[in-house]
Amino acid sequence: MAKELLKGNVAIAEAALRAGLEAYFGYPITPQTELLEHLSRRMIQLNRVFLQAESEVASINMVYGAASAGVRTMTSSSSPGISLMQEGFSYIAASDVPCVVVDIMRGGPGLGNIQPSQGDYFQVTRSAGHGDYHPIVLAPASVQEAIDFTVLAFDLADKYRHLVMVAADGQIGQMMEPAELPPMRPIRAERPEWALTGAKDREKNIITSLFMQPEEEEAFNQQIQARLKVIKKNEQRWYEYLTEDADLLVIGFGTAGRIAYSAVEAAREKGLKVGLLRPQTLWPFPEDRLSELADQIRGCLVVEMNAGQMIDDVRLAVSGQVPVSFYGRMGGMIPMPDDILTAIEETLTRLYSAAGLPI
Amino acid sequence: MAKGTVVINQDRCKGCGLCPTVCPQNVIFMADDVLNAKGYHPATLVDLDEQCTGCAICAVICPDVCITVYRETPAKKHAPVLA
Amino acid sequence: MLATLNAPISENSLQVVYEYPESLSPVVTHYCPGCTHGIAHRLLAEALDELGLREKTILVAPVGCSVFAYQYFETDGCEAAHGRAPAMATGLKRVQPDKIVVTYQGDGDLVSIGAAEILHAAARGENITTIFVNNAIYGMTGGQMAPTTLPGQKTTSSPFGRNTTMTGSPIRMSELLANLDGPAYIVRRSLHDVKNIRKAKKAIITALKVQMAGLGFSMVELLSSCPTNWGIQPEKALEWIEDNMVPYFPLGDYKVRDEVNGL
Repeated sequence: MAKELLKGNVAIAEAALRAGLEAYFGYPITPQTELLEHLSRRMIQLNRVFLQAESEVASINMVYGAASAGVRTMTSSSSPGISLMQEGFSYIAASDVPCVVVDIMRGGPGLGNIQPSQGDYFQVTRSAGHGDYHPIVLAPASVQEAIDFTVLAFDLADKYRHLVMVAADGQIGQMMEPAELPPMRPIRAERPEWALTGAKDREKNIITSLFMQPEEEEAFNQQIQARLKVIKKNEQRWYEYLTEDADLLVIGFGTAGRIAYSAVEAAREKGLKVGLLRPQTLWPFPEDRLSELADQIRGCLVVEMNAGQMIDDVRLAVSGQVPVSFYGRMGGMIPMPDDILTAIEETLTRLYSAAGLPI
Repeated sequence: MAKGTVVINQDRCKGCGLCPTVCPQNVIFMADDVLNAKGYHPATLVDLDEQCTGCAICAVICPDVCITVYRETPAKKHAPVLA
Repeated sequence: MLATLNAPISENSLQVVYEYPESLSPVVTHYCPGCTHGIAHRLLAEALDELGLREKTILVAPVGCSVFAYQYFETDGCEAAHGRAPAMATGLKRVQPDKIVVTYQGDGDLVSIGAAEILHAAARGENITTIFVNNAIYGMTGGQMAPTTLPGQKTTSSPFGRNTTMTGSPIRMSELLANLDGPAYIVRRSLHDVKNIRKAKKAIITALKVQMAGLGFSMVELLSSCPTNWGIQPEKALEWIEDNMVPYFPLGDYKVRDEVNGL
């Protein structure tokens, strides 16, 4: 397939369709709505299920129903809508049904605005609904990655029977850039044997998140934790640039990580030994690689479009080996390369003087 | 020969007392001298004079599906007897 | 009196005319003695048996006393979040329209937290069937006021009797939904006596036939008792339905599309 000029939201929608999406339920909310609009046409054209629900709460529960029937299903929303869907995520996580959710993050908290933001990091990685679990969270930094990670999301959801989220900020949803769409994959012929398809010639299937006996609930939770452990081992993904000799490691995901790339290049042109680590999975966070890099660097500079959330995971991963500084913008303000470059230079100055080295 | 009879699954019965109130022949009583495993006084059939007609009214009111109803004349098996 | 003092049954001369429905699981339910949920379950199971639907039915249970409903039916089943059964059922139905999807919901689940979901499922004419058990109280949580609690009715959260100037008046959901174009069949029945239980069963069968024929949304509201939380002995509780609930929630057919009569 050739490259086309594609808008992020549309690319994600088309990628989901080509990954075998059979049922989409969603609700309009900027900056995500083009995703829903695209599917409102294409899904009908391909004789698949599309329904705009009465609310995000209804959408996620429709997705829960379709997922329980064993089909590839998805919803998408933006920050406030994702907050409304949290109860549904928790039910889905506690039912071992595969499901994909796309969060095109916007300025918050509250109604916030429709500008891009990364303020949902904690929400999607830690509190996507009550109880002990984490969705797998993929964070694209380009329209191409948005496409690739959407397809990957469906495969990971099926592989682990887990909730997988694609978290991109409003800019990635709204911007256009050349990208290549995958070929159309056929819809799966059979439904999984656990699916609710009618107890014909088999015992009845039950899908529930209710375990009244504490022993049962704990045993069930231990299953989830065991699965999370396997996911953590197998699915950590990141992008790395010029880290071999870096004194300072700049860490940023999504758009912040992409802009940091330019700042790292500008710093290298000035002879500064700076590298970039861009997490592509927010959960599981690429902690293994980061703790390795922590042995060879002097410090980290975390760049985010929020007040500092991923920085907690960075601190956990480096666990005190090196100092961790932060540069962030909020409210939909996007950090510019020059601003990041200035932060890089200030941080390096501090690190070298602390080590008694000439600046 | 009895025109009909019922078998009450006394283990399932929760002693709610509804069936005696509707039995047209007054042949169902709460067995206050018996306790089932759950500690309820179950309903019981006392029909020495074979008055039960197998009308199944008791089964219709029973919230716990304790009552199986038999009737002498072969009725349509799948539909409950009462039109 | 001895527990059973009866003439022996000679099997060959007597036929079974009434027995345990195949679609009902052979378990004792957790419902309180005299609770009409048990009757509603049995009627639904009998209807599924008679229409031969057991193997293609998916039951969506609510949160409430009937939260364990999926344990009591020999059909595929699932547990929806409180109030969201109609949405979950929509998802289940749309991806497999040939299956029969039934939501079984209480008044707290359907009229309170789930009001938007039931309204829009009905408005869409979603081809599902809803069994709506209205017992004018939140049962599972121990007897609080529900949107269908009657004026003046005492509950654990309306201890001085429901004050309608403070809490509004009970909502008549069947009439409300009947105004929409989407529903094909909406009726209100009651479980307070044998005659009405029989009518309720016919309504459930009709509702399932509506779904089988793809005519759109169908709902059967069933006035029901809650002896434990009403604090009324089972038989008197049934009388309480007749004396208090029926006047406020009149029984009858609120929407019956023409094509339904032909079923």
